[in-house]
Amino acid sequence: MTIEIPQAFWYYFIFFVLLMIDGLWCMLATFNLLRMLIGLEILMKSVTFFLIVAGYLSGRMALAQAMVITVIVIEVVIVVAAAGIVLGFFRKTDTLNVRNARSLKG
Amino acid sequence: MTIMTIVLVLMVLAALWASMTTLLLRATIGLALTSAMLAVVMFSLGATLAAILELSVCAGLISVVFVSVISLTQTKTFKDILQHRKGRLARFWPLPVVMLGAGIALSFVHSPVQIALPLPGGDGDVRTVLWNLRQLDLFGQILILLAGVFGVMVFFKRESKDDN
Repeated sequence: MTIEIPQAFWYYFIFFVLLMIDGLWCMLATFNLLRMLIGLEILMKSVTFFLIVAGYLSGRMALAQAMVITVIVIEVVIVVAAAGIVLGFFRKTDTLNVRNARSLKG
Repeated sequence: MTIMTIVLVLMVLAALWASMTTLLLRATIGLALTSAMLAVVMFSLGATLAAILELSVCAGLISVVFVSVISLTQTKTFKDILQHRKGRLARFWPLPVVMLGAGIALSFVHSPVQIALPLPGGDGDVRTVLWNLRQLDLFGQILILLAGVFGVMVFFKRESKDDN
């Protein structure tokens, strides 16, 4: 089944793309591990936002909410595990600069 | 539409501040503000349950995790951070320009979009969908949570002398 998405799609799509650009730039232009994690979070916010918009425009908000709840749970686990990795990295190298990861084993 | 536009613009501005600000603590506050704005958008679109979860977990819990990690890892003084500001600005100043350009370019695009949707039916209350139709997702969530817990336990494990 295909439908023509209304004009509102572009309205929300602009903000989705802006958040994506922001998150990607934040991840790529920094050498700080924590700031990279913040960029990843912004990327996940944009995905969450677009899932809700997709549910709203297609009239399937319940399914979209179920998906978003799953995304949020995964997001928390990723952040906590990544925070553990950052702390472990900091204990080894005494810095958060990702360029120092080259000196690690493996 | 006007209030929604204001909230969406605030959300993007908060995200921009989170990625551009020099201090990590301010970046965390920016991220929490982005989450709060996203929760308002979700609530306006009718996704109340997801909005509550976004506000409590993403704006609350994740911010606490970030602040804890910052407090455990911050070794630079405020003076050192200010000295690195110039280098950071050189890498980040094109970001608002790129975002503004992308926003203006996309606002001129209005081509109709054909998107395939799943078959109708089966979409009712969010609780029904979550507990009856998406049970496998719940099992996946439990497994991921357990994986996260064990992962953190491994990362925080203290090295014994035999390991060295």
